[in-house]
Amino acid sequence: MSEKLSEGIGPYFGAYGGRFVPEPLIRALDELEATYLAARKDPKFQSELANLHKQYTGRPSIITEASRFAAAVGDLRVFLKREDLNHTGSHKINNVMGQALLTKIMGKTRIIAETGAGQHGVASATAAAYFGLECVVYMGEVDTQRQALNVARMKLLGAEVVPVTTGSRTLKDAINEAMRDWVANVDTTHYLLGTVAGPHPFPTMVRDFHGIIGNEARAQMLELTGSLPAAVAACVGGGSNAIGIFHGFIDDPTVQLWGFEAAGDGIDTLMHAATLSKGTPGVLHGAKTYVLQDEDGQTLESHSISAGLDYPGVGPEHAFLKDLGRANYLGIKDSEAMEAMRLLSRTEGIIPAIETAHALAGISHLSSVLPKGSSVVVNLSGRGDKDMETAGRYFGLL
Amino acid sequence: MISVESLLRERKSKGLGNLIGYFPAGYPTVEDSANALIAMAQDGCSVLEIGIPYSDPVMDGPVIQKATEQALSNGFKLKNVFEIVRSIRSQSTVPMLVMSYWNPIVSYGLERFAQDLKEAGAQGIITPDLIPDEAAEWIEISQNLGLERVFLAAPSSSEERVNLAAESSRGFVYAVSTMGITGERAQLDALARSVVDRIRMFSNRPACVGVGVSTLEQVREVNSYADGAIVGTAFIKAYEQGGLEGLRAKVNELARGLD
Ligand SMILES: Cc1ncc(COP(=O)(O)O)c(C=O)c1O
Repeated sequence: MSEKLSEGIGPYFGAYGGRFVPEPLIRALDELEATYLAARKDPKFQSELANLHKQYTGRPSIITEASRFAAAVGDLRVFLKREDLNHTGSHKINNVMGQALLTKIMGKTRIIAETGAGQHGVASATAAAYFGLECVVYMGEVDTQRQALNVARMKLLGAEVVPVTTGSRTLKDAINEAMRDWVANVDTTHYLLGTVAGPHPFPTMVRDFHGIIGNEARAQMLELTGSLPAAVAACVGGGSNAIGIFHGFIDDPTVQLWGFEAAGDGIDTLMHAATLSKGTPGVLHGAKTYVLQDEDGQTLESHSISAGLDYPGVGPEHAFLKDLGRANYLGIKDSEAMEAMRLLSRTEGIIPAIETAHALAGISHLSSVLPKGSSVVVNLSGRGDKDMETAGRYFGLL
Repeated sequence: MISVESLLRERKSKGLGNLIGYFPAGYPTVEDSANALIAMAQDGCSVLEIGIPYSDPVMDGPVIQKATEQALSNGFKLKNVFEIVRSIRSQSTVPMLVMSYWNPIVSYGLERFAQDLKEAGAQGIITPDLIPDEAAEWIEISQNLGLERVFLAAPSSSEERVNLAAESSRGFVYAVSTMGITGERAQLDALARSVVDRIRMFSNRPACVGVGVSTLEQVREVNSYADGAIVGTAFIKAYEQGGLEGLRAKVNELARGLD
């Protein structure tokens, strides 16, 4: 274990992480790990990725101070790290461009991906088009319906979208299906996993590719306000946008780290996806981590209005940070998130993704724990266009 | 009770092959699955592999997925597996292994699970998503209790990893015949033979071939170079189509490949 939290590179984060996958996948994971660890310190790879981000992704993403929103929720200064302005509309592209470059290096010609909200699927389909790779996206049937617009986007981009009809027909089942495809096609195919879950090296690698969010935000905050923020906040599904922004501040002990997960109808009901608040340690999708499970270790179905947070597991590094007390995690109900979505839209002219709205709703909780006037940076992980149908129905606008 | 490894060796030394029959616990009900497994032992399976239904079975193809999903929706609970083992043991001396994804065992408590399993009369556990690298605790516990443990070796495994699987396993090494999930394959990959060859390079641990084995010819072929053939999907299909009688007929048919 390295001394600095920022330097942990797995396979374990405390008691969490590892590789709990069938043996046929180990060679691919070893190959990926070796390729990634070499790329990690290869200046050529790093500059190629930086160039792509500059010329294609649209980085660095800006920071916007949300004064009217802040005034409406409490006595804080709120800064939005605008990942919604990235190409394809969310943070997901940061990881996808990194892994797509690695796919090229490994000489593979096909990528597969799972997607919940469709944002990771869209980003993967986009990278596949850009790099000339074949792309298959697995998506729970339930999600193909609530995120129909993103299905159309993926298809327009030339990807094949496979609706998954097993289990709960959401993100967790899409991951199972992608793993099955990967086992069978591992020679030609890279599994472009979209969050910081899964077997090593995914949690480390995906985190690093999103580390750019926190690194930029830290420098931008120092420049804008002359000091570090009191807290950094993000929504947590698998945990990629959260860990990405957290890592820029993880060795700054004065900066609180807050992750907001989906509490659905409430964490005291059965209808939620609050894995860190209500789950227990177990193994899911190749890693030891917190899991929503029954007394027999069967994974429970999660529930959230937001497809991207509707996942009964979470990245192992978050499990570690929770146990360590370095980060705090709190559940946000569907109704609170939807209210925050509307509030940001009306006070700032920014329509956030419903996933992101969970982090925004979390700000009113922070106003009761932070000193008046403190600065908070929120990872605005994605834009809400994909959610217009859900929001339109929720607010009775259609 | 005879261990899986001794039985495999004993039959091989007499020039007999081995058929390792997989069937899911609790499919379609707890009692039915016990009866199915008993019939499989009676009609020619030399070893039983009792599958524990799990919500996220990434190694399994559609037939096993559907069967285990049905077991769960019919109310299968993990503790039922001990009942099933006891019920089989009351009628048969057949060696039994439980096949389980890792999380159900972790959630039950590894040590307690191992003890209860042994007490019920099973010989060990096959762990499809536990690699030896992550298995220190299980290796120690199984060693202490005298339970057998089966790890996988795959066509993609390096020589080093094949060696690790062989060294870590007791009972046999599960040679995955093909890169893919469980199900039937028209043709068994030449890969199957190469995995077994590599196991033989490092170890005299028995090697059994599974994933995709479903016909009499394949059972015969596999037994010509390996210590046993593992069959699951074909038995479930036979049961779906013809009930217990259909299952018996399929076991009898495949067991003809063991002479
Ligand atoms: C905009 C947006 N934010 C957040 C998430 C949640 O993922 P993660 O927790 O990995 O950031 C998603 C997932 O689809 C998303 O689309």
